[in-house]
Amino acid sequence: MNQSLYEYCLRLGDTPLILSQRIGEYCSKAPHLEEDLAITNVGLDLLGQAENFLTYAASIHGTLSADELAFKRKEKDFRSFHLVEVPNIDFAYVLVRQFFIDVYHNLFYTSLCNSKDITIAGISKKSIKEVRYHLQRSQDWIIRLGQGTEESNLRIQYAIDELWMYIDELFHDNEIDNKMTQVGFGVSNNALKSNWLNMVTSTLNDAGLSTPENIPYTLQYGKDGFHTEYMGYLLAEMQHLPLLYPDAKW
Amino acid sequence: MEKDNQGILWEVFIQVKAGRPFKHVGSLHAYDKEMAMQSARDLFTRRNEGNGIWLVMADDIVSSQSVDDEAFFDPSNDKVYRHPTFYKVPDGVKHI
Repeated sequence: MNQSLYEYCLRLGDTPLILSQRIGEYCSKAPHLEEDLAITNVGLDLLGQAENFLTYAASIHGTLSADELAFKRKEKDFRSFHLVEVPNIDFAYVLVRQFFIDVYHNLFYTSLCNSKDITIAGISKKSIKEVRYHLQRSQDWIIRLGQGTEESNLRIQYAIDELWMYIDELFHDNEIDNKMTQVGFGVSNNALKSNWLNMVTSTLNDAGLSTPENIPYTLQYGKDGFHTEYMGYLLAEMQHLPLLYPDAKW
Repeated sequence: MEKDNQGILWEVFIQVKAGRPFKHVGSLHAYDKEMAMQSARDLFTRRNEGNGIWLVMADDIVSSQSVDDEAFFDPSNDKVYRHPTFYKVPDGVKHI
């Protein structure tokens, strides 16, 4: 088994998986019906991406299935970014978290389409169409709420300021990132940072919002198996049924 | 009653494929054109229902009133000669 490639695919799958779980929790809680359907559609797209990458990881592993990877791993075996673990505090948090990840996904998948691993390249090409739309949506909302009322501007800005501490993690490369980039399978996250900042700053400017200063990462990274205090509760809910009734079918 | 703050009501029309007519599929609430278009996409075209969307503000639709029904529609009931039912349709003609 190619351990680095397996690890890399877990990362690619885990961030969309955890975010889709968070979005699933938000079902029926959006400000209005149309938005409720739209945001859960985004969640379903992300779940599809997670499934594709975890299925590939499972095939590299050889004996585990994608379902087992999603529902039977322990917290320290997950490789997701901290940003997607943050709870749905209010619509502003849901939206800002989505916007930050959408910009990242657009840059990341665009580069990953050129992966020399044909499965990774294939999944990326399929996913880029989805995340392009996700970005269009979340970007519109940021501008709409930034330029909306005093209250909407205040709350979006608050969520931006609060979530900004999780941004630097997206651009951290460790040994596996470097290895995968060297063989042409993966992408350097650090190389995406300046484009990410430009895109985000330009949208926030259009919205009449301000971009916080860079905050160096002081937490241990999600891709190394260290997670926020929110993660255990999220997994408890996500994995509850498969753990209670192993191999249940319906 | 609380004031309705869901935004403008839009009627949604979907075209199954290029060249076919747009058909009414439902309605939605949105605050402006862009949001209405995104919601229409998410609500009505996620399962390959079509690849064209028209949106019309419900307020802009001029609709017949049901009180006018008798004067409006009944007189066409008994005029069979207005229908081309006396012609034989050639074999192979579609979409009639």
